[in-house]
Amino acid sequence: MTLAFDFLLALSLLWSAGRTLTTPRLDRAIVLFMVFGLLMSLAWARLAAPDIGLAVAAIGAGLTGALLLDAYGVLRRKRGAP
Amino acid sequence: MKRIGLVALVFTLAVAFVAVMAGAMLELGPVAIDLRTPVAQQLVNSGVTHPVTAVLLNYRGYDTLLEIAVLLLALLAILAVVGDAPAAPPRAAHPVLQTLARLAVPLMVVVAVYLLWAGAFRPGGAFQAAAVLAAAAVLLHLVGLLPGWRRPPLRLRVGMAAGFALFLVVAAGLLTQGALLQYPPAWAGVLILLIESGLTVSLALILAGLFLFLAREEGT
Repeated sequence: MTLAFDFLLALSLLWSAGRTLTTPRLDRAIVLFMVFGLLMSLAWARLAAPDIGLAVAAIGAGLTGALLLDAYGVLRRKRGAP
Repeated sequence: MKRIGLVALVFTLAVAFVAVMAGAMLELGPVAIDLRTPVAQQLVNSGVTHPVTAVLLNYRGYDTLLEIAVLLLALLAILAVVGDAPAAPPRAAHPVLQTLARLAVPLMVVVAVYLLWAGAFRPGGAFQAAAVLAAAAVLLHLVGLLPGWRRPPLRLRVGMAAGFALFLVVAAGLLTQGALLQYPPAWAGVLILLIESGLTVSLALILAGLFLFLAREEGT
């Protein structure tokens, strides 16, 4: 059961990483990046390192994602409508 | 056709790289210095019962001291770059979102205090607590309840520097112990909690500042 979960987690990590890099739309890439960060924190928790998992979830996915979204908003307003 | 060949080449190179890296990982010898035993042995003297917190704030306290210094420096650099442009007026979000944020922020404050307190004996600590607090401030800003920060008033400056200053004062006060940041075992728990509380407030303000000082009028 745990093995299946770990396998799924690894697979979804690879999938979200690939999608983040290849998706043509910036907004989707940012959301996928946050999804990747949350999956990554799950992976750290599974590796028995919940401290790193907490830090990744709070800073990697939360604050960085918010900063990226804010930057995207500024870019879009500067260009006019997308 | 040429494109497919290129993709195949890149794919082969990537697979070869992964194979070499995996091989290197498997070739790794046993660790020369095993620090787990000394960390566990000295845990009773460290003032906390969670090994990660003990390493971060006791055994390698100066790393954390320099870390907060670097973050403070990053914020000062941002303040120097953004200059004096007026802060953008907050754009009010949908009332439902605003109500949701009003409900969520008190919970986030409680979670941050819990994380700070829990850091002594289970995963948690100042950095995570500060990130949650900063996220609460960012959330309030995004729904239009908290305007972007302009020039930092004195209170804000003091709050941002307080964690680092408190850490430095403790370090200076303990210099008579022989080594930098060597806590006496009886006082270690209290001192670590004091430093962590200061760090939480300052780090939350700094992390929120990274976001809120950059919320300026367009085109400046």
